[in-house]
Amino acid sequence: MTVTTRPAGPPRIRRPRPHRWRAKVRDVGVMTRRNIVHIRREPLQLSDVTIQPALFTLLFVYILGAGVVLPSGGTYVDFAIAGMLAMNLVTSSMGTAVGLSTDLNTGVIDRFRTLPMWRPAVLVGRSVTDLFTSLVCATIVAVTALAIGWRPDAGIGQVLGGFALMLLFSYALSWGCGCLGLVSKGPESAQGVGLVILFPAAIVSNAFVPTQHMPTVMRVFANWNPISAVTTACRQLWGSPNPSAAVQTWPMQHALASSLLWSIALLAVFAPLAVHLFRRRTEN
Amino acid sequence: MNNELMIEVEGLTKHFGATVALAGVDFEVPRGAILGLLGPNGAGKTTALRIITTLTMPDGGRARVAGFDVVRDAAAVRRNIGVAAQDATLDETLTGRQNLVMVARLSGLTQAAARRRATELLEQFELVDATDRILKQYSGGMRRRLDVAASLVARPPVLFFDEPTTGLDPTSRARVWEIIRGLVGEGATVLLTTQYLDEADELADRIVVVNHGLVIADGSSAELKARTGEARLEVTLSEPRPEATVALAPFVLGDVHVSHDGRRLRGRVRSEDGLATTVVRALDSARVTVDDVIVHRASLDDVFFALTGQLKSGTDETTGDPTAGDELP
Repeated sequence: MTVTTRPAGPPRIRRPRPHRWRAKVRDVGVMTRRNIVHIRREPLQLSDVTIQPALFTLLFVYILGAGVVLPSGGTYVDFAIAGMLAMNLVTSSMGTAVGLSTDLNTGVIDRFRTLPMWRPAVLVGRSVTDLFTSLVCATIVAVTALAIGWRPDAGIGQVLGGFALMLLFSYALSWGCGCLGLVSKGPESAQGVGLVILFPAAIVSNAFVPTQHMPTVMRVFANWNPISAVTTACRQLWGSPNPSAAVQTWPMQHALASSLLWSIALLAVFAPLAVHLFRRRTEN
Repeated sequence: MNNELMIEVEGLTKHFGATVALAGVDFEVPRGAILGLLGPNGAGKTTALRIITTLTMPDGGRARVAGFDVVRDAAAVRRNIGVAAQDATLDETLTGRQNLVMVARLSGLTQAAARRRATELLEQFELVDATDRILKQYSGGMRRRLDVAASLVARPPVLFFDEPTTGLDPTSRARVWEIIRGLVGEGATVLLTTQYLDEADELADRIVVVNHGLVIADGSSAELKARTGEARLEVTLSEPRPEATVALAPFVLGDVHVSHDGRRLRGRVRSEDGLATTVVRALDSARVTVDDVIVHRASLDDVFFALTGQLKSGTDETTGDPTAGDELP
C-alpha cells in the first residue's frame, strides 16, 4: 500500500510512485464494488439481465418454435438456447454504455481524476461489473432453458465451455458499448443508439432461425455476423442442432476459432479506444 | 524551508472556443499560507483551479504544485493535493462512509486504515448521525462538509477549496472556517476561491482578484483596501436642512445623496485624517445640528467594486442583491 494514515503533523510532500499491479487491481476492485453497491440499491436496474432474459427465452422458444422446422432435425428448444443466450448477452452489454455515460454526467468522475488512482480503473471496474451481471443473465437463461426442456448433448466441461465463450464475447463487446457510452451525450442516447445497432445485429444472425431461407443480403450478413459465429460455436460444443454446419463460409466452418478471434479483435480495438476516449472526454 | 512555494502559477492561459477563460494568470502561494482567489462569476477562478488540480490542460503557461508540474508530473501532483470542488463530486448513491472509504482506498490507504480515517473525519465534521445515509438524503450543508472531509482523507499538504461555504448556514460556515484554519495550523497550504468577500477577508493571508481571465490585484486584505483610498460618509441630522448638502459638498466626491425624510446624507469621500472632525465643524458653521456621523473605511466590497467595476456579487446571495447596489452612492 502506498500511503497509510500518519499521526497528525505537518504534511510532507510525497514523491510520485508508479502504479504497481497490486494498486491497479485494488483500484479496479474499489470501482467494481462501488458499481455493485449501486445495483444493490436499485435492483430494478438488473431487470434487463433477470426478468428480460427469462421472458425472451420463453416467448421466443414458444412463438418461433411453433413455426420453425430445422433442416438438420432436432427440437427448436435445443437449437434456440445458444441463440437466446447470445441475444440476451449482446443486449445486456449495453449496460456498459449506459453505466459509463451516467458516471460521466455526474461530478464524481472529477473527484476520481484528482485522486492518485489508476484512471483506467473506472473503465475496467465498469466492465468487470458488467461481466458479473452477464453471469447473472447467462444463469437465468440456462435455468429457464432447463425448465422448458433444454438438454445439452455434451459433457459438463463442454457446456461450461460454451458459456465461457459467450461471456468472453459479451465482455469484449461491452468494451465496444463502453466506447459508445463515452461518445454519447447521456445515458438515454447511449441506450437508444446501442439498441439500434445491437438489436438488428442479433436478429440478423442464426440465433433464432437457420440462415438458409433468408434473402441474399441478410443471409450473407448473418453468415459473417460474429453473433452467428459464437452461437454456432456454442451449438457445436453443446451438441445442439446446428444447421449452419452446412453453410460454406469460413466463420461457420471454424466457429470456435472465429468467435475467439472476434472476441480478441473487439478487445484489441475497443479497450485502447475506450481509454483514449475516456481521456479525451474528461480532460477539458 | 518556510518560504518554499507550494503553488506557483505563471502566465496561465486557457480558452474554450472563442471564449478566453484565462489570459495569463500569475500568482504563488508559500507553504502554510491561505490564498483567496476572488472574482465575479466567469472570471476564470474555477478554470484556474481545474488546471492546477490536473483536471484541465492549460493552453499556455505553467503551474507547479509542491514542486511538481501539473502537466508533466500530474500523477505526482495528485498525490499531494486534496480538492473540494464546487459541483457535487461524491457518489450520490453511496453512504457518507462508503464515499469516504472509497476516496481513501483510491488514495492508497489500506481497507482498515480507510475505515479508521472515514470514522475520524465523520466525527470531526459532525456527520456521525448521517454516516450510513446515502448522499441523496443529505442536506446541502452536510454535503459540502462531506466534500471538504473527502479532500482531507489522505492528509495532503496542499488543499483546494472551490467556494467551500457557498450555500452554508452561518454556523456551518464558521465550522468550515475553523477547520480550514486548523489545517493551516498543521502546516497545510490552502487555495480557496470564494465570492464571499468577508470569507477572503477573514481567512486569506493573500488575496488575488481575477476578472476577465486576468489578475487585477494581488495583496493582503489591508493592502487592497488601502489601494482605493476612499471611504463612505453618512451623516444624520436632527432635522432636515438644505444647507447641510451645501456644507458637505466640498468633501464629497460626486453627489451628496439625501434620504426621503431629508435627515440622512451620504456620499463618497477621500479617506483622510480627522475627517469626522472636519465634517462636524463644517456643518456647525452652517448652523446644522448633527445627531450622528459615520465614516465607513473601504471594505473589501468597495475594493472589489472599484477593481472589477461590478456590484459586489454574491456577498449575500441568500437575501438577494438589490441592497448591495443601493449602498453605493
